Amino acid sequence: MPSAIEVREVSKRYRSVRALSGVDLKIEQGEFFGLLGPNGAGKTTLISLLAGLARPDAGTLQVMGHDVVHDYRRARSALGVVPQELVFDPFFTVRETLRIQSGYFGLRHNDEWIDQILERLDLAAKADSNMRTLSGGMKRRVLVGQALVHRPPVIILDEPTAGVDVELRQGLWRFIRELNEAGHTIVLTTHYLEEAEALCGRIAMLKQGQVIALDTTRNLLRHVSGVRVRMRLEPDRLPVTLREWHVEREGDSEVLQLPDYAAVEPMLGMLRTGGVRVQELEVMQTDLEDVFVQLMRKS
Amino acid sequence: MDGFLTLLYKELLRFWKVSFQTIAAPILTALLYLLIFSHVLESRVDVFPGVGYKAFLIPGLVMMSLLQNAFANSSSSLIQSKVTGNIVFVLLTPLSPVQMFSAYTLAAVVRGVMVGLGVLLATLPLADLRFAHPVWILVFAVLGGSILGSLGLIAAIWAEKFDQMAAFQNFLVTPLTFLAGVFYSVHSLPEFWLAVSHMNPFFYMVDGFRYGFFGVSDVAPAVSLAIVAAFFLAVAAITLTLLRTGWKLRH
Repeated sequence: MPSAIEVREVSKRYRSVRALSGVDLKIEQGEFFGLLGPNGAGKTTLISLLAGLARPDAGTLQVMGHDVVHDYRRARSALGVVPQELVFDPFFTVRETLRIQSGYFGLRHNDEWIDQILERLDLAAKADSNMRTLSGGMKRRVLVGQALVHRPPVIILDEPTAGVDVELRQGLWRFIRELNEAGHTIVLTTHYLEEAEALCGRIAMLKQGQVIALDTTRNLLRHVSGVRVRMRLEPDRLPVTLREWHVEREGDSEVLQLPDYAAVEPMLGMLRTGGVRVQELEVMQTDLEDVFVQLMRKS
Repeated sequence: MDGFLTLLYKELLRFWKVSFQTIAAPILTALLYLLIFSHVLESRVDVFPGVGYKAFLIPGLVMMSLLQNAFANSSSSLIQSKVTGNIVFVLLTPLSPVQMFSAYTLAAVVRGVMVGLGVLLATLPLADLRFAHPVWILVFAVLGGSILGSLGLIAAIWAEKFDQMAAFQNFLVTPLTFLAGVFYSVHSLPEFWLAVSHMNPFFYMVDGFRYGFFGVSDVAPAVSLAIVAAFFLAVAAITLTLLRTGWKLRH
């Protein structure tokens, strides 16, 4: 069984900017995969290369075993992409847009699936409205619909929930999850790290065109070193000896990042020595945001 | 095949939805040209023997409208898609360069022919027009439309902004069509300008097209056909190469 996506030694440069350098990545069929990184890390470049919107300077990319350059027709048929930019064709209605997109992939009688897409994306009432008259969130959902219209085995969503309100976002994720359970491979980039944490089984983090972490979400969370504690102190003053662990102040509490659980006892000792009592203490769950921040600082 | 048909359908639907602007307006413009030029020049310009100026002018105007609208169709569609970004909907699909080229070009021919036919039907009652060789009329109409449809694609692929697109139209397409013998027979020109006219490929499109009506032309129609066909092959080859390499479309 071929991998859903296989990227080997891929580099890409835009004039003087190195967008990707030597990226290797393998995503298996059926995965729900997250592609994370700060702006300019190369996420969108990688997606563009997979989708054939850009061409690699070096290396190869495959979608479902099909090379995206030499066997582009099969590779593109296997791929559905929700682009990041909110683009639309102002000449057409929602239904026309989906029908036309379907036709490009050789599916001319696809109305049953199109109706289902409209229903699931909460667009049925707008099916015959012109694209121009839609709100930003609705246009975004039409983009999702366009990516799904040919039932591709691999679906890439580049920031799909930007500008979509909370309720609809949840509906969208239910739909995408169902597609994943039905066997579609999902690749997601998002700025909402809690979404990635909740949805993705594996995550790759990119920085400056390189993959700096690639692991299951669970392992990434586990490997965040240290323990984060939040404390309210009396008197409200952190002893100088604890400064190196201090992260931030939250309301009337101090947040500290300790190297591990063994550091809890010495910390309490230092507080005692400093004449400070602990009023409240909370050990905080590490989340993907901590992992992200730590990795981005480290590399 | 289905992908090609869909893109063709989309291109046709696109201009049909704004047909007042894309079909009716250019027909009106051509009628105004006919009204003014034939009024001013009817008794002053000698064209072909036995052919009145108004009758001579009509096929020229038909071809000019056809060429300009074929160019306008493919170029405006592609540049709008590029500037607004919705070109990705086409680029993400398995459509091949040949399918893209054929769909955009054919849609341009259809729009050009519709406008040309409209001008012809509207002007038919105004002059005594003959149809000596209808097949030649059709062949030159389709080839001319295809050439300008292709040129429209080249221009839109090259241009990054609407004003670059407009420059291509205003400084290249419009002068070449106006100087292609639409309003006069090139044989009435001084020798130098006659030679210059013979360098203009648009001249052969108009001259061959006009031969289809009157059975008379400035240049032998077979020569015009050969030149126009060669020009089409060259333009098509360039367009296909641009689409294949993805120049300015795929980064």
